Amino acid sequence: MRSDDASMRERAAGWWLLSARRWLAGAALLGLAACNNNPFADNAASTDTLFSAVVENSPRHLDPTASYWSNDTPYTYQIYEPLYGYHYLKRPFKLVPKTATDVVKPIYFDKDGKLLPADAPADLVAESVYEVRIKQGILFQPHAAFAKDEQGRYRYHAMKPGDLGSRRRPGDFEFSGTRELVADDFVYAVRRHATTRITTPIYGIFSEYIVGLDSYGALIKAEDAKLRAGLDPASQDKPFLDFRKWPLAGATAPEKYLLRLRIKGKYPQWSYWMQMTFLAPVPWEADAFYAQPGMAQIGLTLDMWPVGTGPYMMTEFVKDRYHVMKRNPNYRGEPYPCEGMPGDKEAGLLADCGKPTPFIDTLYSTVEREALPRRGKFRQGYYDVEVFERPDTGMDYRVDMQDSEQVRNDYLAKGFKLSQSSDVNSYFIAFNMLDPTIGTGKTAEESERNGKLRQAITMAIDWDEYSKVFPRKAGATAMSLLPAGIEGSREGTPEGLNPVTHRVVDGKVVRRSIDDAKKLMAEAGYPNGRDAKTGRPLVINYDFYAPPTPERKPEIDWVVRQFAKIDIQLEVRATENSQFQDKVRKGTYQVFWLGWNADYPDAENFLFLFYGPNGKTKFDGENTSNFADPEYDRLFKQLKTLDDGPQKQAVIDEMMAILRKQAPLSFGFFPYTSVAVQSWVSNSKSAILVRDQGRYLRLDVPQRLAKQHEWNRQVWWPLALGIAALAFLVFLGMRSLRRRERMNARGEIIAA
Amino acid sequence: MMSYLIRRIAYGALVLLGVNLATFILFFTINTPDDMARLNIGTKRVNQEVINKWKAERGYDKPLYLNPKRDGSERYTDTIFWERSVSLFTLNFGRADSESAGNIGAEVATRMWVSIQMALPLFILQVIASTAFALLLVMFRNTRLDFWGVVACVLMLSISSLFYIIVGQFLFSRVLKLAPISGYAPGLDAVKFLVLPILLSLVARLGTEARLYRAMFLEESGKDYVRTARAKGLAEMVVLYRHVLRNALIPIITSAGSYLPYVFLGSLVFESFFGLPGLGAYVIEAIGKQDFAIVRTMVFLGSLLYITTYVFIDIAYTWADPRVRLS
Repeated sequence: MRSDDASMRERAAGWWLLSARRWLAGAALLGLAACNNNPFADNAASTDTLFSAVVENSPRHLDPTASYWSNDTPYTYQIYEPLYGYHYLKRPFKLVPKTATDVVKPIYFDKDGKLLPADAPADLVAESVYEVRIKQGILFQPHAAFAKDEQGRYRYHAMKPGDLGSRRRPGDFEFSGTRELVADDFVYAVRRHATTRITTPIYGIFSEYIVGLDSYGALIKAEDAKLRAGLDPASQDKPFLDFRKWPLAGATAPEKYLLRLRIKGKYPQWSYWMQMTFLAPVPWEADAFYAQPGMAQIGLTLDMWPVGTGPYMMTEFVKDRYHVMKRNPNYRGEPYPCEGMPGDKEAGLLADCGKPTPFIDTLYSTVEREALPRRGKFRQGYYDVEVFERPDTGMDYRVDMQDSEQVRNDYLAKGFKLSQSSDVNSYFIAFNMLDPTIGTGKTAEESERNGKLRQAITMAIDWDEYSKVFPRKAGATAMSLLPAGIEGSREGTPEGLNPVTHRVVDGKVVRRSIDDAKKLMAEAGYPNGRDAKTGRPLVINYDFYAPPTPERKPEIDWVVRQFAKIDIQLEVRATENSQFQDKVRKGTYQVFWLGWNADYPDAENFLFLFYGPNGKTKFDGENTSNFADPEYDRLFKQLKTLDDGPQKQAVIDEMMAILRKQAPLSFGFFPYTSVAVQSWVSNSKSAILVRDQGRYLRLDVPQRLAKQHEWNRQVWWPLALGIAALAFLVFLGMRSLRRRERMNARGEIIAA
Repeated sequence: MMSYLIRRIAYGALVLLGVNLATFILFFTINTPDDMARLNIGTKRVNQEVINKWKAERGYDKPLYLNPKRDGSERYTDTIFWERSVSLFTLNFGRADSESAGNIGAEVATRMWVSIQMALPLFILQVIASTAFALLLVMFRNTRLDFWGVVACVLMLSISSLFYIIVGQFLFSRVLKLAPISGYAPGLDAVKFLVLPILLSLVARLGTEARLYRAMFLEESGKDYVRTARAKGLAEMVVLYRHVLRNALIPIITSAGSYLPYVFLGSLVFESFFGLPGLGAYVIEAIGKQDFAIVRTMVFLGSLLYITTYVFIDIAYTWADPRVRLS
């Protein structure tokens, strides 16, 4: 009996062992079959989904009132629709209506409220009124905030603590609804800039221009204090701040589809603000919905789950990992443009003329912190566009192609699209004009001496060399502050030559020689880089805004070398940005590096960087060099009120001449834009200002599938070889061990 | 033993308090709340009003240690120190500094599991592989295998883990195309993304661990009881695995145990390079975003886990060697 049991147990154990081996073998085979380098689900490439990366982190703000960071724009500009947008293909940038029916001209009134002609001088204009008609029939995306029951009551506007349950995103609510966009949604959005609840980066500038917004801010502060009296100030649950209750004179809706915005004085640049998401419509229902208990704590906010009328809507927000936007089923399908620039038709950019957008169903953005994996995935074909929000990723590939013939052939064979053009941002090295050595100076003599020193430095810094040494960050060398593509820029024309740093020789523009710069140094009182009076070497501080990491060190060293050309010793003081900002606030800095991404394509948005009352140290403005020149400031005030035309051009020319002569900065470069795009993505045209590109792009899914398959065939033999070698080593080891075990002290084998 | 444990825990609490205080002073002395606001908001169109609003939203508008405007205990509790530092002891980590970064506690609770997914198998495999490799070298001590094994260990420990990552990603993802270069998926799909980082992390640490264990095993294998075991005619495998290994457990527990906090805290470099959304990557992201609330929390958690781990290591000693008495 016992032996039968034992044999049964043995048989059972044997069966289990065999079964387990089969399972293990099966699992191993399955595991091996699943071994591939695809970072997405295996069927993902066959769907109409655009895969791309976003660098660094998830967006900081998706709330249109707060959003002011480039990482936000891949989402905000696909989801929200402001009144205007930029034409996707035309350059210089041209405003086109989005939710508005037309791009309107303002109506001017004098201080007595009398209508003025369209060409009225700015000093007569007390108020500009923008009457913008809204397109009818535009619907918001489906959202729980709009869901109503059979009686017409909002289903989710009176939730109690605990009602949320396991719901973590708007899509988790059983019901959703929509509503038509009306002018009041824009009025609500403008009023919302006075909120006390979230960061409002533009409130300062808007309150300067929108009639009544300044005092409206104080009113909202008081009303909010009343609402929150007795509540825990640290609680994230805050009662609904319903801006509908408090009217604002500067933003009204006289009709259902008519928005009236009243702007103080004449401010032609206001039209550009109307294409930014700061003026995207906000439905009050969204604010009411997200103000309910428990929502903010779990991230159910407009900051993570926007509500818009645009072509896409956020469906997944997995912080710092990935974000998914799907086609908004309520989007009306605005047509693809039929006009562009010369060459656009040949490039296939007009092939989709008139077709309803968006073309792609889903936009999938993965947060990629490291550049190597990100580029690797693009090369493997898993990213259709390497980085959605950055127009400079193609430069790396272009440089790689120049460096290696093999890489060049590989990229050409893969058909990567790496177009290149200049963009509307600017990098430069500037001087703190409050500094006694390098700044404006206190006396006329000091001013002249320091001016010559600055001019000598601007001559010495060779930005053409910078682009050659650092081709991945290269750009077009600047002769002024205004990049080509901005109305008023003279870059690339004979009039645009900077006579301080360049001259024309035999019809060619060449940089002035170092001897010329040294001559100026001598005139400034620093022959051979030494103070003529004391004999001490001239030492200037380079206050860099970031620590000198191995990536940044070569660039810092390059700047040091530029100053050394004219015998100036540049002392590098590279600190964390917070310390740099502290130095800026105190005014204890000399030379610094600065980049400026334009908010809008107008000369005013560049030239204000040197407007005296914007001085950073004294007035906490954007003029980091603290440059102050009465004539420049006078011209700037004039420029702000001028429409594009010859008069504005003349003012810009005068201002540029002042900047060149006074040299508060060395005009650096306008970086190239080049987006890395796969061959199966159509209609890509990069520009830093056009942020709603998602709806214009189109995918050839079968081509993507074929290419991914072709580029990513697994290679097994090295792995098999490695395993065989390891097995052989184990075998040798075991054999050697057995021999040793059978060996006596004299090394003789004593047992079989 | 109980009184010893209570004493250790009390010391641990004091250490934690000290670490917390030091971290708070360090962060808030170097970076004032104004600096934090500027770092998080950015520098474009920022004025004092925006900064004040940012501070008020996070309670950074209060005094650091003492609030003279309050009475009674609120003089101490209505301060940044109390709200952002003492509250950590109740595991209330509060809100992150960076915009829309959300609740730190919820984030830690979610990300911890990703770190565990990678670090727990790695921890187990690491102990097994290092021990097995070290025993193999000891088994073949004074042979060419031992010599070249030690050379390999020194080579492996001399190479930066970044090198393993870059070479590993290049080889397995770009050349062999067998593993994704980086990424993560929940559930069983995670295996596909975890195999390569676990393998590379294992290789990266193998040299250090195996060399240390080998030294311990060699020291142990020279002792009298080992000679006696061999004299009894026991096979070398039995001598090593049954006797030497068991008696060398204490240093192994110390060495391997010190890695335990990383099971929860994750690996900064590997998680970041492989795009794994664990706690290691969370710290790197927080440093990148200059989010000191998260960094302070992670320093606190790290200290807590270290202290707890060392208490467990002490208890494990008594299990590994009954002669050890905790007193």
